[in-house]
Amino acid sequence: MTIKETIENIINEFSSFDDWMDKYNYLIEMGKSLPLIDDKYKIDSNLITGCQSRVWLHSENHGGQIIFTADSDAVITKGIVNMLIRVFSDHTPDEIINAETEFLDVIGLKDHLSPTRSNGLVSMIKQIKLYALAYKAQQTAG
Amino acid sequence: MRIPEIQMNTTLSAIRSDFPILSTTVYGKPLVYFDNAATTQKPSAVIDAITGYYSETNSNVHRGVHHLSQQATLAYENARKKIADFVNAASDAEIIFTRGTTESINLVAWSFGEAFVKEGDEILISALEHHSNIVPWQQLCLRKKAVLRVIPVYDNGELDQEAYMKLLNDCTRIVAVNHISNSLGTINPIKGMIRQAHERGIPVLIDGAQGISHGPVDVQELNCDFYTFSAHKMYGPMGIGGLYGKKDWLKQMPPYQCGGEMIEKVTFEETTFNELPYKFEAGTPNVAGAIGFGTAVDYLGNLGWDFIRTRESDLLNYATEKLSQIEGVRIIGTSAQKASILSFLIGNIHFFDAGTIIDQYGIAVRTGNHCTQPLMDRLCLLGTIRASFAFYNTREEIDLLAEAVLKVKELFA
Repeated sequence: MTIKETIENIINEFSSFDDWMDKYNYLIEMGKSLPLIDDKYKIDSNLITGCQSRVWLHSENHGGQIIFTADSDAVITKGIVNMLIRVFSDHTPDEIINAETEFLDVIGLKDHLSPTRSNGLVSMIKQIKLYALAYKAQQTAG
Repeated sequence: MRIPEIQMNTTLSAIRSDFPILSTTVYGKPLVYFDNAATTQKPSAVIDAITGYYSETNSNVHRGVHHLSQQATLAYENARKKIADFVNAASDAEIIFTRGTTESINLVAWSFGEAFVKEGDEILISALEHHSNIVPWQQLCLRKKAVLRVIPVYDNGELDQEAYMKLLNDCTRIVAVNHISNSLGTINPIKGMIRQAHERGIPVLIDGAQGISHGPVDVQELNCDFYTFSAHKMYGPMGIGGLYGKKDWLKQMPPYQCGGEMIEKVTFEETTFNELPYKFEAGTPNVAGAIGFGTAVDYLGNLGWDFIRTRESDLLNYATEKLSQIEGVRIIGTSAQKASILSFLIGNIHFFDAGTIIDQYGIAVRTGNHCTQPLMDRLCLLGTIRASFAFYNTREEIDLLAEAVLKVKELFA
């Protein structure tokens, strides 16, 4: 599935929710089902700053595709990061760098979350794109 | 004196109508505002005073001979007098207008530090302090090669007074502690602490950001050397606050910032500084803020401390009881003397998760470390959920919080 297709799926899923409690319920469920990061990667250098909860994000390059794993000590944050992993993981650096992130506005997530939380979300996306840029630089150099 | 319940309710609904924001809604639900330790809401009287100033009196103070400037100066100085009376300062000149508690502490840490702190000296703070009463002292210690010492705190949120006594020594230049902990609500026994420091000739700064809105502060009775406060935490506007300082100290301290009204005479060779309090008020001051601040103090004076304290202690007791009844809720901070600040956690649920859901009910609580990271480290916590109550809050609102907490438990079970 392309990044664009995953984003369309997520927008569709969110459009079926009547109220915010449904959206949070969904994020909580996604949070509970997040594939946990290997404990050895839950280190300070993998921490994303700008979130009220702690978020660890780890990436690996598998034959040109970047695989992301993550964890957070807060369930809603885990749900959000799980959604981002669903969108960005298993794609090439170029696909990730060029991906549009307006879908967060479309599903109302960015607007609805407070500045602190929103910054956390922005920081997560920024970190994902930074990893992709770093891998791309490596590839170019190699 | 206990105020009869019926009279209290009638008064309460009238008082709530003084605060326009309390009748607004959040996500279609009536706002429940429990973030009063971060900032309190403003009564119409304060809002009107600020609007009135800009509509009718706005002019620069202290300089003009024209009518408006004199009116503005009069109003500004009248506000200072109100605040001086509010804390029972010996003289209006002992009240310096600042941007708030943080600036007041920075002013003392810099200016007192310049005059009196040297290499090897000690600055004594406590483990309960807000970052604003830690970092300015830490920076002073770095500048002067002085040492920052910390009074330890017990698990219940009370300071270890025995340790405090032992930490006071001939190298201690100043003690800086809060009156009330913003994270845990602990009311510190500052009168005794000030006396003990004074027995050794050590001055004391009290961070009164939380202390000043929950009960009467009499700086002469406390005998503190400095008391710092913010208008916005006492129903006044943001961007204005005060520093009470004993004249003897303020006179010996160099100016913190330079320019404007704090100058007496300037030549390119030298400058002489104005007298107190102007020596510490550089630049055009926040006149509208000061006037709003004065009005807030009038408002509190009209309500009276009996009413405020009766309301707040009822809300704290009710909330403590109500939340404690919910299985898994842990109250963080259980000191014997407590202001209406209630920190808690719900089982192992992250405070961010809890706060996000509680917010959905239109309830404003604070989550996180409350700018007291060292205290959270000491308690082995990353943060808490903090509900802080003001006299305009109600038991019914606390019931709504309890319902939201139950919902949080259900969602994250």
